[in-house]
This record gives sequence, structure tokens and C-alpha cells, in this order.
Amino acid sequence: MLSIQNYLRAESLDQAYQLNQNRRSHLLAGMLWLRQSDITVGTAIDLCDLGLDTIEETPEEYRIGATVPLRRLEHHQGIAALTGGAVEAALKDIVGVQFRNMATVGGSIWGRFGFSDVLTVLLAADCEVELYKAGRISLERFAAMPYDRDILTHVVLKKTPGPMAYHAVRNARTDFPVLTCAASCLDGQYKVVIGARPGKAVVVHDEQGLLKEGITPESARAFADYAAETVPTGSNSRAGAEYRTHLVRVLTQRMLCQLADKEG
Amino acid sequence: MPENKTKYVGTAVRKKDSLQLLLGKPVYTADIAPQGALVVKLLRSPHANAMVKTIDTTIAKKVPGVVDIYTWQDVPHNRYTNAGQTYPEPSPYDRLILDRHLRFVGDPVAIIAAETEKAAHKAMKLIKVEYEVLDAVLDFRTAKDNPTLVHPEEDWLPLCDVGGDNHRNLVASGEEKDGDVEAVLAGCDIVLDHTYHTRAANQAMMETFRTYTDLDRYGRLHVLSSTQIVFHCRRILSRALGIPKSRIRVEKPRIGGGFGAKQTSVSEVYPAFVTMKTGRPAMITYTRQESQIAGSPRHEMEVRVRLGADKDGRIRALDLYTLSNSGAYGEHGPTTVGLSGHKSIPLYTGSLEAFRFRYDVVYTNLQAAGAYRGYGATQGIFAVESIVNELAEKLHIDPTELRDRNMVRQGMTMPAYYNEPANACALDRCMARCREIFDWEHRYPVRDMGNGKVRAAGVAMAMQGSGISGVDVGSVTLKLSEDGTYNLIIGAADMGTGCDTILAQMAADCMDCPVEDVAVFGADTDVSPYDSGSYASSTTYVTGKAVEKACAELTGRICTIGAELLGCDAADVTFEGSCVRAADGRTVSLTDIAYKSQVSNNCAAEVTATHSSPVSPPPFMVGMAEIELDKLTGEVQVLEYDAVVDCGTPVNPALARVQTEGGIAQGIGMTLTENVTYDAAGKPIESSFMQYKIPTRLDVGHLHVEFESSYEPTGPFGAKSIGEIVINTPAPAIAHAIMRATGVWHRELPITPEVIAMGKADED
Amino acid sequence: MEIKLQLNGRAVCVPDVAPDTTLYDFLRAQGCASVKCGCETSNCGLCTVFLDDVPVLSCSVLAARAAGHKVTTLEGLQAEAAEFVGFIADQGADQCGFCNPGFVMNTIALLRENPDPTDEEIKAYLSGNLCRCSGYEGQLRGIRRFLDSRKEVPHA
Repeated sequence: MLSIQNYLRAESLDQAYQLNQNRRSHLLAGMLWLRQSDITVGTAIDLCDLGLDTIEETPEEYRIGATVPLRRLEHHQGIAALTGGAVEAALKDIVGVQFRNMATVGGSIWGRFGFSDVLTVLLAADCEVELYKAGRISLERFAAMPYDRDILTHVVLKKTPGPMAYHAVRNARTDFPVLTCAASCLDGQYKVVIGARPGKAVVVHDEQGLLKEGITPESARAFADYAAETVPTGSNSRAGAEYRTHLVRVLTQRMLCQLADKEG
Repeated sequence: MPENKTKYVGTAVRKKDSLQLLLGKPVYTADIAPQGALVVKLLRSPHANAMVKTIDTTIAKKVPGVVDIYTWQDVPHNRYTNAGQTYPEPSPYDRLILDRHLRFVGDPVAIIAAETEKAAHKAMKLIKVEYEVLDAVLDFRTAKDNPTLVHPEEDWLPLCDVGGDNHRNLVASGEEKDGDVEAVLAGCDIVLDHTYHTRAANQAMMETFRTYTDLDRYGRLHVLSSTQIVFHCRRILSRALGIPKSRIRVEKPRIGGGFGAKQTSVSEVYPAFVTMKTGRPAMITYTRQESQIAGSPRHEMEVRVRLGADKDGRIRALDLYTLSNSGAYGEHGPTTVGLSGHKSIPLYTGSLEAFRFRYDVVYTNLQAAGAYRGYGATQGIFAVESIVNELAEKLHIDPTELRDRNMVRQGMTMPAYYNEPANACALDRCMARCREIFDWEHRYPVRDMGNGKVRAAGVAMAMQGSGISGVDVGSVTLKLSEDGTYNLIIGAADMGTGCDTILAQMAADCMDCPVEDVAVFGADTDVSPYDSGSYASSTTYVTGKAVEKACAELTGRICTIGAELLGCDAADVTFEGSCVRAADGRTVSLTDIAYKSQVSNNCAAEVTATHSSPVSPPPFMVGMAEIELDKLTGEVQVLEYDAVVDCGTPVNPALARVQTEGGIAQGIGMTLTENVTYDAAGKPIESSFMQYKIPTRLDVGHLHVEFESSYEPTGPFGAKSIGEIVINTPAPAIAHAIMRATGVWHRELPITPEVIAMGKADED
Repeated sequence: MEIKLQLNGRAVCVPDVAPDTTLYDFLRAQGCASVKCGCETSNCGLCTVFLDDVPVLSCSVLAARAAGHKVTTLEGLQAEAAEFVGFIADQGADQCGFCNPGFVMNTIALLRENPDPTDEEIKAYLSGNLCRCSGYEGQLRGIRRFLDSRKEVPHA
């Protein structure tokens, strides 16, 4: 049972940051995960009054506030156009509308959850995160960092052009995914992201140049084999490692072929 | 009452409580229980099999707000069963309120009574328990004669001889047969032999188990509970607590779903015990996790079927052996297993020359099973309908034609169903109609969609019963009010099924009055006439017949009073609904009769009628599924599920349709997504809705239901039952469709994308 | 802590609310019995209420976060609900009723956002509202009939 001794709406990021240095403090995001933990929180710090719930657009990027709910991201027309619908495809099966009205972009990315559709699709995009102290760093680097007591304030989605594709296999339509796969070719750089392995999503770059001649059925298969060999998978109650590796191969190949179709 | 004279029976009357429910009015246990009750929480065992060596509640009791904490030392020593069944219960008396011996992960160790939930939680963490952890029986295939005994106690008490033996981990065992099955099998052209495994699926009703208790104005124990079985519940509490039934009143408000879960007295005893100890109101509300791990789910079963047939597809012999896992306690163990044979084998009465049905029901150190819609029939039908589909595939005969050649038909006697006659059976018409609406001819062939996906179809038949023959008792009280309206008081339990409404429809037709003029109340042991309760598909068929009887008797009384007012003989008047008419045409209004019944009257304007049936006429059903399956990922989507049901007369077609659709959706969940697994120590994995995936509306596809009515002569208005049969066809039909799409038979549920994608073709 | 908010159009001020009180518990204590809890893991949709007109799961919102905002439960939407729920009753799809308030709330949210949804849009929007009784088809039929009935009445 979650116990909270003190609730505070931060009046500034600096105040939130200072309070959050106490190990018994906890930043509140969508509350969906925290609510299920059996812990005692000294001070729950709510960022809801700090204006972090907007998506700002500049010619170069979308700057997504940490408290923007997933559903607003899902329905953002500019982001849909930029990602070819991949963001919506990644978000639409997460539990339900009410849940996605509550779960936040910041909470999802900060959590770096293994099962995360959000992390998978944004890793395939050209993304950075803005941390209150550490500043901007690439999402890929952030995903690999240990948890600390900084505050994620924004996720920055750069308008780097190129096709994206997304698919997750689920045992039931709104369940956690068994495996997630996103692929992109931004500025000519191919990337495949595999999540719900069930570990945290990993990025597979085309370091071997398997796709340097473009995507053909053969090169897609070769890259899929490469992904299946290199992406570690494991077992949990939803599926075993062998099946997950099988899915890495199948989905990688399919998503690459979808990229090729989108590139036209 | 003849079939063609009904005004309400056969029409889609709105449920009497529908607007209260849809507008969110306070009608459930937790809504109407007074504030300020003690919060009751249970400390549960972390071990699958353990003895409480020591338990120390001293520190926990000092938490502010904690009123008391009870352990095994504080409870009576009367073993009892939680199963809501007619006395003497076939389920063994194998429980104590709290036992020193803990038999599954979740078995209660201590009862905490506190002023607040927070205090109860805090106290729970401060109870010091030293466990002696014992070896556990976690695989039901190894339970029988295992050296580890789940119930070694000497006071284990079976009331009925059902072949149980606690020193062998046996809850029940038995054998039935007709003809020489081995001899017939030896003479068959083809014999198939396969084993089918279904898991302990959870009813997952939206309202978890919950009970409020207090002492009423006479100092009696008053129990307000979400239960399907008020009378059985009273008997169970009486034995468990050691107090007479006259000191207990059990009532149910609206129930947020049951599906059989609440045919077991899962939550009542704990707050009742607290109220008896403290004299204070108490309330227990199971969390979803508790409902998932310490409820009363379906019995896990493994059904081995041997089927013998001729080359032309005549099914000549069926031999079933069912191994059923009752878990840590025996609730419903001896009875559920029977349905795995009794409700599957008779489907093939048309051609069957011999059958045998053997079974063992075993104890394990897992959550105790209970009653879940279908009650064993679901498990048996998955096995038998699957092997019949396997036969069709082997013989290259269309599976619907194969069934046409073998199915039970009206007028046949069913040797595997207690030799009961199929008085009303439209199974053949269900099959013909389902084939037509589904467009079987075009959908059965496997179609490649060109994107790695294929579409395929499958079929299954089902039957169930209508009440428990020779056991179930339905009763109603019908009272005339002074304005000529009626009160119908029942002991059956509407749990969303709509029985309050359909019984009122019957009463309205019998009394020739508007259905709005029949007020229904139920159920309350102080007020309601005795009824076994709502389970075993009994209420429409058994209690419905009691309504007919009560109406006939009350009509007679109305005529008697009316005749007195008219100054003639009761035999010379006729009842016309709103009045009674003498032979000479004079009438007296029902209102005047009702007022007369309150003045200088010796003829009660109310009757209680009871009904029990020596037979349990089966409803029948055909279901067809179309799926789309991704051959590489194994993802499967049910596109369409069509079903045609013979429930006799559908008393309320809208409610019967929704019952059917709901049952199909539950069947789809059981087939594809609802997994039940345990870790190596016997701890359940799927302990929340985050892990236990009941279908969402995106998972079920389009459902289409029709009725092919028969007329059951022993049922009210020709009705049979609908509530349970509807869950039985999806598993075999969808498994069939998956085999058509992949070439692989899956004989274990659930069939997940992983097992489909990684499935290896069968060796034979 | 003290919580002030607007509940069903009425200003509410409750002193001494524990900081970890969920909006669900807060609302039940305020007499909003329509709000139900079915899972505790944010999966079932039974506890759906509107927070500033947006449907959320009250079991996973702190009452403290709702402070200063507008909260609406089915108790506050009886008239808007009444227009629609008869169509569900006609299908018999209310069944046990325990999921009904959350389902009705989220359907109202759907129809405010998208007055003429397709069947697929209805299913997608309501996918977080579990129902164990109905198999969902009757709910869909009821919504469809309601929408059809609105089309039959010419708009003034």
C-alpha cells in the first residue's frame, strides 16, 4: 500500500529539484506505476503547476513537456505527420483512453521501463531529453543511464525527415507487449529498436552496412538475422526468449519492408 | 400455460433494475453498508504448504486503530465446506476459519479487525509468524498417492461417499459406463486418443468478494453479502461459527457479477467472526489480487479422450478419463468433474454404442477451485468437441456433417445423461441455422490473405443442464396487494442475469397483469422462501416453474375470495386478470378482492410454491468462429463468432442474447488470453488484471447470436436454461480454427501467440 | 491537508484529507457511490470520472492533485446519461451493472469528443472499460441505436 506523508505542488523547477534530492521524496508523474508500489514517500512532489504540459513547435523540433499525457502525444497532428503515424501506432493500445489521459511522456521515458512502447518508438525517432541539471542529451544515451535524482523536463523530438514504422506483438490487445519493434531511416541512417525483450529497449544500428544499398527483401532478412543474433531476449510470464528472438527476426524484417514501402 | 398466449414471456422486457444500475445508484454491498464498520483484512500465507509454528500478534495489536487480531487458536474447531450446495454437501468438510496448517499461497493466517484500512495494513506487517515450510504438491498429475498429504488431518469429514480419501489426496473418484467400451473400440476403424488440458480460469466478476456484517436489533448476526446462495451461506456460517441458524440472517443486494464465484462462501465468515467476537459492524472487501489468488476459480482439468469411429464417421465409442485439480480445499470438486463427462458424451447419443467415464479429483497446494459457469462441462466439451474435430480432419469429412451424422436428436434417450430423454432438442436445427448465418461453406476453407495472414474457421457444439435433477429446490412467494398489484419474493439470486425480471415476466403472464405490477424482492433468508440459490443453470427452469405453481395457487385463492364477494361458488368463477367473473357475467375487480382479503378474511391472498425437477433438460448450442491468424507472429484475432442456441423458449430474448454474448466472450478469454501459472514455489503469477487478461472489446470480434427454440414440456413456458452453456463452445471452435490455419492441434489452453508461432506439427 | 474542489458543479471543501488519499476514496466518502473500483491496477475503467472534463481513473489520481480542479461523476451527469442509458437497458446489456457507471462516463466522454463515431472508434475509445458480463456486443448495439435515434431527430 502506497503511503505519502506530504504532498507538495512545486512552484518552480528549482524547488522541485532541491526537494527531490531527499531520497524519501518522489516526483509524481501519471501515478499509474507509483500507485501500485508498497512504499512510503516522504514528500510527493507534483510538477502539475509548472506548465510542462504543452508541446511547443519550432522549425527544428517539437519540445514535449514532461507532464504531457500520452493521449495528447498520440493525437498530435504534426508528430503524426512527422513519424508517419508510428507514434500513434505505438501508443494506441496502451490500456485505454483514461490511462493514456494520465500516463505522461515524462513518466514513461524517465521510468525507462522494459515494456515501454513509448521508449521504443521515441528511440527510433531523433530524440533528446532535457534534464533540469544535466541539460540536453540524446534519448539513447539517457536510456542507458542509471536512475539519479535529476528532473526530466522535456522530451525533444527533432524534425529529422524519414520514414518510421512500428509494431508490437501482444497476447491481448491492450496488454503489455510481448515484443516491440520500431524502425526508422532518418537522414539515411537506419535504426531498429527492440523493446519488451522483456528488458529495456535497445537500438540496433546498421554498423555492418547491411542496408547500405537500401532495403530489399534480402537485405531486410540479413539485417533481421543480425538483429536476432545481437538483441538479447529473456523470458517472463508473457513469452519465452526463443519466441522473442523469433519475433525480433520477423518484426525487424517486416518493419524494414514497411520503411521501404513508405520511402516508395 | 400454452406457448402462444404470452404477452411478456418471449419479449425483451427491460431489466427491472436497469436504470438504477446504469445511472450508478447505490445498490451494491459496499454502497449500502453503513459507514464506520470495522475494516477486516486477512494476513495470507506466503507458502504453499506450511504449519504455523508460532504466531505473535502482540506488537500488531498495539497499532492505534487495531481492535483485535485472531489466529488459528481463536476459532471454532468445526470443519466445514464453503461450497454452496444442498445438504448433505458432496464437498468434504475440510476447512477451518483459520487453520494452523496452511495449504496454499493465500490461505488465511490471521484476521485483522481495525478502525481503518491503514491501521489494518500496518498491523499486518507487524504480525510475527514463524512457519514450518513443508513440501508442496504443485502438479496435479502427481497428487494422487503423493507422500505429501494436503489434508492429513484426522477430522477430515466427507458427508457423502464420492470416492474421496484424504490419505491419498483424493477428493473424489468414480466410474460410469454403458456397454463394453473396450470391445467397441477394438472393432472401430479408427481410434483417436488425446489429452486436453484446461486451466483454473478465474470468473473475474467486476465486483470482488465482499461482505458486511452486524448485529441486528434482536442481536442476531445480520450478513449483507454479494452472494448467489443466501440459504447455503446461512448454513455454512452456522456450522463454521457454531451458532444456530435462527440467529443468522443473510441477504444479498445487487451483485456485481458472480458466474459461480459467489456460489462459494468465500468472504462471509471473516467479518461474521469479527462481528460475533466484537459485537461491532464489520466489512471485508477483497482486493482484486485476493479475488484472483484466494477465490473460487474453475477446476483445472486434464481430460483424456479415446474416440472410436467407423471410416464413414460414425462415432461408436467414447472413453473419458478426467483428472481434476480441486486445489487446497474440496469445494465443488466431486460435482464439477461429473459434468466433464455428463455434458459432453451425450452430445453423440445419436450413434454411440458404448461409453465409459472415469475420474479422479485431487487435492494440491494451489488455490482451491470452485464453481465457474459451465462447471466442468466447459472442460469436457473442449476435449470431446476437439477430438471430434480431429476425427473430421482425419477422415476428410466436413465437421458439421460429421456431427449431423452423430448428434443427439429430439426423442432420443441419453444413456450418458442418466438415461434422461431429450424431450426438447433443436441441436440439428441449431447446426443448420448456424451453418447458414455463418456462411460455413465459404468461410470454412482456409483463405490466405496475402500478407502472412490466413483466415480460418472452426465449429463446436455444447450442452448443459437446467438445474440439478432431484436436488435443486426453487420457491417463490406471491402476494396480492390491495391495489391489485403483486409482490414476488424469491430466494434465487439475480447477479446481473436478469432473473428478477424474467420471473416477473412469467408471473405477469400467469396473472394477466402488466409486468410493472409485479414487484420482485430477493433474496433474504428472513423473508424469502427457501431456494437453493442461483447456480447450475437452475433459476429460469426450476424457480420459473415455482412461479407458475404459485400463480396457479394464488389465482385459486383470488377466485375463492372473489366468489365470496359475488355470492357464488369458487368453481363457478373465472379469473380474468383485473377481475373475477361469475358465470352470469357479473364481475368483481381485483382491487376489491384485494381489499376484501384485508377485512374479515380467512383465505390468505398470498402463496408460497416450491418446485423441484426429477430431470435436468439440456439446452443445446452450436458455435462457429472465424479467426485471422498471422502465421509468423502467431497473433490471432477472432473476427466473428456466430452461435445458435436452443434454450427452449427464450423467456427474454434480449437477456438471453446478452447472456450468450457474455459467455462467448468469457470463452474467448479462456481460450486465448486468460493464463493461470505459478512460480516454482506455488505463488500465482496472474494475480491482477494487469497480468490476468480478460478480453477487452477489441479482443472479442463480432458476436452474432440467434435462437432455435424447442419447447421443453417440463419447463415454465417451455423454457430450459441459458446461463452456463454459452461458455462451452469457444475453446474447441477456436482451437479448431487455429488448427485449420496452422496445421497444429493445440490441446492446452490458453493458446497464446507464442504457442501458435512456435507450435510443432503433431506427430500423428 | 485541506482539499477544495468543484464536485459536480458544487464547491466542496474537506479538511484533514490524508495526502495519499486517492480521488476514488475521496469521492466515495463524498457520497459518490457510482464510482466503483474493480482492479486497483488501472486496468478496468470502473472508477472513471472527469477531471476538468477529461476522463481519468480516479483510483490512480491523488485527491490532492484534483484540488482546485473540476471533478465530475455520474451523479453530476444524470440528465446527459439518461438520454443514452435507456438504449443500453433495451439491449439488456446493463447486466450486473457494476461496470456501468465507468462505461457510461467514458461513453459520454467519447460522444462529446466525437459525436458520430464508427464502431471501430467506439471500441477503441472504450477499450479501457472492462465488462465481464455482456461480451460488449450489446453495449455496442445500444450505443449504435442511440446514435441512430439522434440522427432521426432533425437538429433544431
